[in-house]
Amino acid sequence: MSRHTLSVLVENKPGVLARVAALFSRRGFNIDSLAVGPTEHSDVSRMTIVVNVEDLPLEQVTKQLNKLINVLKVVELDTESAVQRELMLVKVKADQATRSQVLEVVQVFRAKVVDVATDAVTIEVTGTADKLDAFIRVLEPYGIRELVQSGVVAVGRGARSITDRTLRSVERTA
Amino acid sequence: MTERVTGAQAMVRALEELDAQVVFGIPGGAILPAYDPIFDSKRLRHILVRHEQGAGHAATGYAQATGRVGVCMATSGPGATNLVTPIADAYMDSVPLVAITGQVPSAAIGTDAFQEADICGITMPITKHNFLVQNPADIPRILTEAFHIASTGRPGPVLVDIPKDALQAQTDFTWPVEMQLPGYRPAAKPHGKQVREAARLMVDAKRPVLYVGGGVLKAHAAEELRRLAEVSGIPVVTTLMARGAFPDSHPQHMGMPGMHGSVGAVAALQRSDLLVALGARFDDRVTGKLSSFAPGATVVHADIDPAEISKNRTADVPIVGDVREVIADLIIAIEAEHEAGRQGDYAAWWKQCNGWKKTYPLGYDEHEDGTLVPQYVIDRLGKICGPDTVIVAGVGQHQMWASQFISYEKPYTWINSGGLGTMGFAVPAAMGAKVGRPDALVWAVDGDGCFQMTNQELTTCAIEGIPIKVAVINNGSLGMVRQWQTLFYEGRYSNTDLKAGRSQYLPDFVMLAEAMGCVGLRCDAADDVDATIEKAMAVDDAPVVVDFVVGKDAMVWPMVAAGTSNDDIKIARETAPDFDYEMGEVVDGE
Repeated sequence: MSRHTLSVLVENKPGVLARVAALFSRRGFNIDSLAVGPTEHSDVSRMTIVVNVEDLPLEQVTKQLNKLINVLKVVELDTESAVQRELMLVKVKADQATRSQVLEVVQVFRAKVVDVATDAVTIEVTGTADKLDAFIRVLEPYGIRELVQSGVVAVGRGARSITDRTLRSVERTA
Repeated sequence: MTERVTGAQAMVRALEELDAQVVFGIPGGAILPAYDPIFDSKRLRHILVRHEQGAGHAATGYAQATGRVGVCMATSGPGATNLVTPIADAYMDSVPLVAITGQVPSAAIGTDAFQEADICGITMPITKHNFLVQNPADIPRILTEAFHIASTGRPGPVLVDIPKDALQAQTDFTWPVEMQLPGYRPAAKPHGKQVREAARLMVDAKRPVLYVGGGVLKAHAAEELRRLAEVSGIPVVTTLMARGAFPDSHPQHMGMPGMHGSVGAVAALQRSDLLVALGARFDDRVTGKLSSFAPGATVVHADIDPAEISKNRTADVPIVGDVREVIADLIIAIEAEHEAGRQGDYAAWWKQCNGWKKTYPLGYDEHEDGTLVPQYVIDRLGKICGPDTVIVAGVGQHQMWASQFISYEKPYTWINSGGLGTMGFAVPAAMGAKVGRPDALVWAVDGDGCFQMTNQELTTCAIEGIPIKVAVINNGSLGMVRQWQTLFYEGRYSNTDLKAGRSQYLPDFVMLAEAMGCVGLRCDAADDVDATIEKAMAVDDAPVVVDFVVGKDAMVWPMVAAGTSNDDIKIARETAPDFDYEMGEVVDGE
């Protein structure tokens, strides 16, 4: 098994996320993470889906995705040549005794404190999965009270865009 | 042109413009506004069925017999859910079907309103696509898109769910409308390099087989297939969905492969060194245990759906495209090979193939208890009706016998439920086929189990003037399940005896037929079979049901037991053919 990151451009219509999610579950593929959001074109959304599969099932899931009428384009992003980021918000116990140590960790990881209470701080951190894992490990001894994490979003490096041609075809039919 | 109409009128106008011609359906609360303009339509024939499942299968039978889009209609909730089985059936067999359902008013959606069901959610995995209409102005465009999606690329069912308020609202009707399907790109042109590679493999192969699936019929490529077969000289097998795509009487036809295929077809696949799969999908009923399927074969796989290629069996030469174009291109490429002096030499292979055909023909035994032999009935039916008859089967033993013992010479003369295996398919599908081809003789070959699931549509046939004929192969049991109980459950016939010890069968199918406005006939002796069939054929103003009372112990042979290798095919109980029997032996005259 290996991790693959798929960028899926879809029409921004009701029910599209359900179609994609249903396809994965029906064909027996596990989604590690999924993030959906708007693109530079209001009629098009972009999903970043991380799956853990062998190469052959991956080809099958890509073909099945392409068969969905609302799917415009499916691209596998190569880990080496793509920028991948996750966002995490984590609430850590921090009283007078430990707060300065926690803030030091925040600095080292180039994270950001977004909320402070008397006995806790909430930290925003972005990065790769590895960085976020390391961040959590370092904070764990202080006591993690709550943690929420986004799915991976990813974009290929360099000047090339996977969206521009697709967006032109959407504009033509709109 | 633009005019002011209701959403319902826009729907009917669009169906007329799309040349739908026939709609099978039942009204109800949410779809009611649509039925008002249907009442006035001159170009749309609505056939009032007795159960929505009948509407769906009728639309499928219509589509399979004509190649056109079949249309069915139902109300929200239970009306829509009754369409689920035929929609799933059409999805598995790639049938162009458009299902239109009423939905509760948009303000009530999501409130568990009366007769509300999320039919778009329910049918998501069994439709090629579905639509929930949000705006009445979209109705003509969505129906245009639905017909386009259903009938192009790999065909399939499309559902259009229309809330009641969208049907009632005033809107502008404009025709024609432009489709908005930026993500739908069916059918690429077959890749020339791949086609040439396939042709090269075909002339180089020693033991090639053309493995023909239902896609060849969907692509209207039967003529091209025949030319390819004759130009190349390669043996042909036709799957359950492809019966009729290649004439059974053609000397190059090896028969049907699969769980109940002929020994010749199964052995040819198993021993081949090159499979040329044309619009076929390596279904488990064809491959048997996948890992031991055609172990020595290189695979050329042509299909319009890229997701089928290498799904079950890895393709060495994938060709994505309309199989009619693929075959036409293959013929040119093969001829080019021939002109370059490269000709396939299959003499030894044909000797082997003809040996299998000759040594292991399809056959059946008389019953020791003297009861009527079902295979004999079906055999006679095929011979008496001739090659222009459309045969529509249910699911089970009678279906397999009808696929085996009737000779199919022409495309679109065999209609059945292959992928989903839907019992109860035959009667409504035959009704739809007859509506689509009123001049054809249409016979449903049904089992007594299947018949009791959907026979209510015979009333529809009687009232609407759709004179189909139904041969009920009545063995008083769920025959195929009983066969498995005989073979794999030590003859413990749990819940497969439909007679349950009674001497008289309940219901009496002759009386039932008559109660529904049909002619009812019965036959329980071999000597009466021909005369009974002739009698049924003489009736042309009413549907006919013939109750053929047959013995219950007949089994479908050959058989590859589920999950086992095709190499372990049996021609009778505990009797295996020997694929190598003819090796090295000279078969006279072949």
